Amino acid sequence: MNKRRQWLEGYAFISPWLIGLFVFTLAPMIYSLYISLTEWDFIGEPTFVGLENYANIFRDDLAIQSLWNTLYYTVFSVPLRLALALTVAIILSKPYRGAKGMRILFYLPGIISGVAVAAVWTRMFDPFYGGINDILRWFGITGPGWINDVHWAMPSIILMNLMYIGTPMVVFIAGLKDIPQQLYEVATLDGANAWQRFRSITFPMLSPILFFNLIMQIIQSFQVFTNVYVMTNGGPANATSVIVLYLYQTAFQYLRMGYGSALAWVLFLIILVMTLVVFRTSGWVYFEGKEDSR
Amino acid sequence: MKEAVMKASAIPASGLGQKRKKLICKLLWYVLVCLLAVIFIIPVYWMVLMSFKPLSEMYVVPIPWFPRPPFQISNYIEAWQNYPFPTYFKNTITVVLLTTVGNVFSATLTAYGFARIKFPGRNVLFVILISSMMLPFQVKTIPLFQMYKLAGWLDTLLPLIVPAFFAAATPFYVFLMRQFFLSIPEDLSAAARIDGCGSFRIFRSIFLPLTKPAIVTVCLFSFMDNWNDFFLPLIFINSNENKTLSLGLAGMTGQYVSEWHIIMAASVITVLPCVIVFLFAQKYFVEGIAVSGLKG
Repeated sequence: MNKRRQWLEGYAFISPWLIGLFVFTLAPMIYSLYISLTEWDFIGEPTFVGLENYANIFRDDLAIQSLWNTLYYTVFSVPLRLALALTVAIILSKPYRGAKGMRILFYLPGIISGVAVAAVWTRMFDPFYGGINDILRWFGITGPGWINDVHWAMPSIILMNLMYIGTPMVVFIAGLKDIPQQLYEVATLDGANAWQRFRSITFPMLSPILFFNLIMQIIQSFQVFTNVYVMTNGGPANATSVIVLYLYQTAFQYLRMGYGSALAWVLFLIILVMTLVVFRTSGWVYFEGKEDSR
Repeated sequence: MKEAVMKASAIPASGLGQKRKKLICKLLWYVLVCLLAVIFIIPVYWMVLMSFKPLSEMYVVPIPWFPRPPFQISNYIEAWQNYPFPTYFKNTITVVLLTTVGNVFSATLTAYGFARIKFPGRNVLFVILISSMMLPFQVKTIPLFQMYKLAGWLDTLLPLIVPAFFAAATPFYVFLMRQFFLSIPEDLSAAARIDGCGSFRIFRSIFLPLTKPAIVTVCLFSFMDNWNDFFLPLIFINSNENKTLSLGLAGMTGQYVSEWHIIMAASVITVLPCVIVFLFAQKYFVEGIAVSGLKG
């Protein structure tokens, strides 16, 4: 087959995505970059203001608080969720009866994520009539105000999001299955205890997968939105105002499109920087067959 | 002789200890798993429990955790009749079906091109595809809003559906399909090519049939993602007759805060189709996720 024809065929096959890339991604991105340099209420004409929108972010207390809250959420939510996912994965990869069926159960909350679950948790977190404080009362504990309390609102959101361990858990289980069993047998014969086996076999062998999960989770958690929107709408006293929520309010409720676009670009840059930082500090990741290159 | 006896008696004893240790381990395991399972199931249980209660029982302390009469099925009927739920349902199903068709169409074609045909710029384009998976949608929201306004698409279902046909909504599916296509041996397509098959023929009659499980996986992911999606409908849809389930439900929680029994019933209605599909097809989910995570 001639080369040129093959090339054409290749482009033809990827053309749906290629067209989509230009129309639905690249063009909007360039346009968005332009809007971020203007002041625009969506009705009139955009007026060019240069980098003023970006400068304004640093003078806007609510923007800074939203960024801070998002960071707070990410810093706690991601490690806790990954640790829980890994723990459950290790537990469920034991060869006991029923372990496979249990995977479905732990995956389930991820399936029904979204508004319905947020509605349920709004009730669960009710200080008086909610399920959580009711359970705490069994033990004689007076629970906090959860999403109604300035200090507890963000921890509440972090807590409920711990339910979504399904995807990283499944990836971990698949990774655990790939670790050769002989390694454990040899280590046990050498007298290694459970923690030592985890530290020197499971963790290094699993580290590429942990790395993958870490990046995916960071990207996702910077975009946390639905639960916050439904449960607290940023309150109380902006304690749960996260960056995407603030962006949504700025652009689509107050129609400040230019400032909203600038916020979106800042969010994008932060995600990019965070991902790069994780890549740069990936010395703990063990890549099989590549260890002598380091 | 004495030594032999001692050895003989020692072995069963330590064997018994080992057995007991194993049994305790197993027991501990079950206790731990059950405890975790209960914690994870409580919200779902709560949702179903509350959806059958009259409003007055929403405000009873201590909470009656076990089902007890009256069971008020009318909550469901009320949610269905007093709110435009049939419309929400119809819209959600329209969006989910069409986006799924679109995603399978765009993901299989594009993935085949990336996995099996060599052309200049392929690697660069693939890196762009991977990077676009990390792009937060929010960067594109405002310009897309303006584009859709000019096209007259605002407050219709089109902004939710059309991008799927161009793999623009979720490039992840392309990535997933490519992983599956790469696992098909090269010889197969080489043999077909010798027999005079063109690329599209090979794609259609060899690759598509062989990757049916992968296509099912993409269908399921697409189904779940679009069923639960909230951000896009929130931005692009306004009027009640075009709302999807999640958007409609969010409207209920905002407007009718006191009617928690109806909201819980509505939540169950919203969630149920997803749960049923998942329970029937969970095998494909687990495989799809494992492949994307491991070979990535």
